[in-house]
Amino acid sequence: MSRQKRAVALISGGLDSLLAARIVQDQGVHVEGINFFTGFCVEGHTHAIRRKDRDKRKRNNALWVAEQLGIKLHIVDVVEPYKDVLLNPRHGYGANMNPCLDCKIFMVSKAREWIEENGFDFIVTGEVVGQRPMSQRRDTMPVVSRQSGADDLLLRPLCARNLPPTRPEREGWVDRNGLFDISGRSRKRQMELVAKFGITDYAQPAGGCCFLTDASYSAKLRDLWKSRGAREYELDDIILLKVGRHLRPRPHFKMIVAREEGETRFLEGYRHRFPHIRTLSHGGPLTLLDGDGISEDDMRFAASIAARYSQGRDETAVEVSITSTGSGTSNLTVTPMPPGEIESGWNV
Amino acid sequence: MSRYVVDARGLLCPLPVIRVQDRVAKLGPGDLVEAICSDPGALNDIPAWCKINGHQIVETIDENNEIRITVRVCDGR
Repeated sequence: MSRQKRAVALISGGLDSLLAARIVQDQGVHVEGINFFTGFCVEGHTHAIRRKDRDKRKRNNALWVAEQLGIKLHIVDVVEPYKDVLLNPRHGYGANMNPCLDCKIFMVSKAREWIEENGFDFIVTGEVVGQRPMSQRRDTMPVVSRQSGADDLLLRPLCARNLPPTRPEREGWVDRNGLFDISGRSRKRQMELVAKFGITDYAQPAGGCCFLTDASYSAKLRDLWKSRGAREYELDDIILLKVGRHLRPRPHFKMIVAREEGETRFLEGYRHRFPHIRTLSHGGPLTLLDGDGISEDDMRFAASIAARYSQGRDETAVEVSITSTGSGTSNLTVTPMPPGEIESGWNV
Repeated sequence: MSRYVVDARGLLCPLPVIRVQDRVAKLGPGDLVEAICSDPGALNDIPAWCKINGHQIVETIDENNEIRITVRVCDGR
């Protein structure tokens, strides 16, 4: 008797990957999930930080999907290798800084390495022909299979019957007749499957699951690279781009101003690594300064801007503390900058 | 049986889960891993990860903006 075939399914936490894994599971295949953490995943980050979001349901959707399917989930930290995908995308960017096609190729190639190391037979994704403008087009889906090295071990159960048979189908590991021919952006067929499988709850992430598709986030990332004169980043850099109000009042430094208590608490964890400003006489946000060659005049200037975002914004004098990374903390009194003097062009 | 500590303070989910997962992968049944976290998401995510991977939550302490979750490594399924 031949052993049960084993597949790893890329689980984003969304509906399509849930359905794809379920379809293959229902054909008697042992399925485990794999999820990649790039650092740009939307998954819960801002919910974890902002106080106003603390009461919202907070869950990792990939873990939740795995729980619903009753499968193991392997979460893989790919922050370091993902840098090359973002910095040097062979197939370019989408509307923002999203290298979607290269990203999909990268993730499938990582899944291919994983099945080789763990003795699994094939890979499952929730891709649908024509659903995404870059990575899920009829002409780019073969590119993903080929350039990832997965070739015909990559099975897309939701749209397999629109594509040439893969090895799992040819070898009878799965029944092609039990797969689907979904195409396009309509969700109607997926909703039919939701009903068929009795699924009552699933994630519907507005704007996708990656910050790189977001115009505002992409602008902050471009600003980071421009200010440093180099396209490079560390994990903390890209996490901080998700937090606070970012202002660049001078080319050589940026202010990260917490927008509320939860963000202030989160930024506290970074205060030892950045010059920072607190308001003392009034309630107010913690402000980090990110840059090189920040002078005392720059600090005083930034303090008047930070005071504008405090509860003393309409006062003539606000006492603040300024802490530089080298020379300790000093207190001074500043006049909050009038709103008309905070230039809109400073907003990153 | 040994006890290990994973300091995941300042990390946002899913990193605390990944740190626990990577530590557990190197341990044997009966070993304990205490994860210290600041992201409240860990309260959901670490138990969910344990449930699907067949490990056991021994204790959860949530006080003073610090969360301590102790996991007993099991054989898995």
